[in-house]
Amino acid sequence: TPAVAENLGLGRVALPEEIAAWDKDVSPDGTGLPPGSGDVLTGEEVFADKCASCHGDFAEGVDNWPKLAGGWDTLADDDPLKTVGSYWPHLSTAWDYVNRSMPFGDAQSLEPDEVYAIVAYILYSNDLVDDEFVLSDETLAEFELPNADGFIVDDRLETEHSKWVGEPCMTDCKDAVEVTMRAMVLDVTPQEEGAPEEAQAAPAEQEA
Amino acid sequence: MSKKTEEMMSKGPSRRSFLRGAAAGTAFVAGAAKAGTPDPLITEVQPWASGLGDGVDATPYGLPIEYEADVIRRNVEWLTADTISSINFTPIHALDGTITPQGCAFERHHSGAIDLRKEDYRLMINGLVDRPLVFTYADLERFPRENHVYFCECAANTGMEWAGAQLNGAQFTHGMIHNMEYTGVPLRTILQEAGLAAAGDLSDKWVFVEGADASSNGRSIPMEKALDDVLVAFKANGEALRKEHGYPVRLVVPGWEGNMWVKWIRRIEVMDGPVESREETSKYTDTLADGTSRKWTWEMDAKSVVTSPSPQAPITHGKGPLVITGLAWSGRGAITRVDVSTDGGKNWQTARLAKPGEKMALTRFYLDIDWGGEEMFLQSRAMDETGYVQPTKAQLREVRGLNSIYHNNCIQTWWVRPSGEAENVEVS
Repeated sequence: TPAVAENLGLGRVALPEEIAAWDKDVSPDGTGLPPGSGDVLTGEEVFADKCASCHGDFAEGVDNWPKLAGGWDTLADDDPLKTVGSYWPHLSTAWDYVNRSMPFGDAQSLEPDEVYAIVAYILYSNDLVDDEFVLSDETLAEFELPNADGFIVDDRLETEHSKWVGEPCMTDCKDAVEVTMRAMVLDVTPQEEGAPEEAQAAPAEQEA
Repeated sequence: MSKKTEEMMSKGPSRRSFLRGAAAGTAFVAGAAKAGTPDPLITEVQPWASGLGDGVDATPYGLPIEYEADVIRRNVEWLTADTISSINFTPIHALDGTITPQGCAFERHHSGAIDLRKEDYRLMINGLVDRPLVFTYADLERFPRENHVYFCECAANTGMEWAGAQLNGAQFTHGMIHNMEYTGVPLRTILQEAGLAAAGDLSDKWVFVEGADASSNGRSIPMEKALDDVLVAFKANGEALRKEHGYPVRLVVPGWEGNMWVKWIRRIEVMDGPVESREETSKYTDTLADGTSRKWTWEMDAKSVVTSPSPQAPITHGKGPLVITGLAWSGRGAITRVDVSTDGGKNWQTARLAKPGEKMALTRFYLDIDWGGEEMFLQSRAMDETGYVQPTKAQLREVRGLNSIYHNNCIQTWWVRPSGEAENVEVS
């Protein structure tokens, strides 16, 4: 390691205004939330204006764009639908993400009260509050989402790594090898100028 | 001009002409080797042996020769809603060695590849530090530097293959990866510049890092990792980062999922706990069969893939000597061994590593065989210095089910036909 003094004297002290401009993250306990509030009906209007073209009038999603509502009790299904209501653990994340990164293409354009209102509307769309509901910096951290307890910290070292160690089988490891699934049958790989036919033809030519 | 060259030039580059050209070229060469008639490529003076090539002023910054135009990043349209928050794929089927050329190294953006000049670049350190600081790009260049080679693998690499064999090519199944030599400043050095006394006991502290782009891509990293080997990097493979890879500054997080390699990094905050941002709750959490989900699955486990032969790199030369080659890597240390099977995992041979595995970096392996033209089920199986052996997809599914999305490091099978064609398959 290079001989670095405690401090090289590089950079300069960040000013409070600069930190306030960039440090917007909100933690699960509500740290970082600005003062403000918004209700469901206001949220419905803002959502219709700024969000619904991609996420749908009821946050149900348009085309391939993310669905923000629905999917309750589907996480153990073959095809789970993960939304704010069905999957997200903390409401702080919804506030933080909408505030910093939405609308897609016009991020950081929302006022705090608009963000509170949008998040209130997303809760309403997920049947988690009624249409009278008001969300504020005072109440947000207390709101518990349905899947708050649905996450465990990475346990691969115990559940996987510990059993997949050691000298593996090298010879006569199994009796039969059968093809159980083929990508060519599914046929969803991007092709260029009908490559598959050509690809099959080329080696045949070479064999001849 | 050779037949191959003529064909490539008249048709333009495409996979189709690549395959046709390769086959035609092969036939020509094979014919020449056996024929009693002299090879005109040797007996006739060729234009390049008589006339002149390009001057040294023709190409101040060069691109690959046109005949290599097939070696490009590719997009899979149906994977995402649009191309801005999306992924493309490194053409690993066509590369060799371990260093990924930056120009075809995969991209993953959440709000597009932004254009950020060095003059406009600022890096802020705030939170539980003695002095919150702002650095310019020029400031960063004055810190003592280190050089390291590491792989960056998207957490979702091979993710489309959880449910079955879907995409037909190593580029698509394993190409959300690149491997570069980075130059940068240890994050530890920068945190020390701001002073960590204010943070008190560091063992339970975190850093939150975010980019300058609209998505921000904020992620929480435990302090232990931040003080270990994380780099604030500004050069890759000798030159400035490419715009799409975070120009002018990105985070390099050795061995950990690519999402945490925050590009265009603008802020590092020392905190008491994780933010639990969107990218570590809604995304980059791995749902198990019972509906619970793992969070903070940071390390990328040991993995490998045969890059050739593979669906995009069929055998075109017929029977005889065949180079089987591929890549292996582990986020938990160095690759120590790679085994290759040609019969779907019944029997294995230990391959040759091009050089000893390096920690958290791609490792190239080769197995040179005499191919008799028979059908093969090609597999590779990586082992790392922790003793971990790359599992089969069945083993992974047994623990996780089908809906983890991320962290699919299963053994891949290519079904190679007597014709030399290869297909992505699953086998029993």
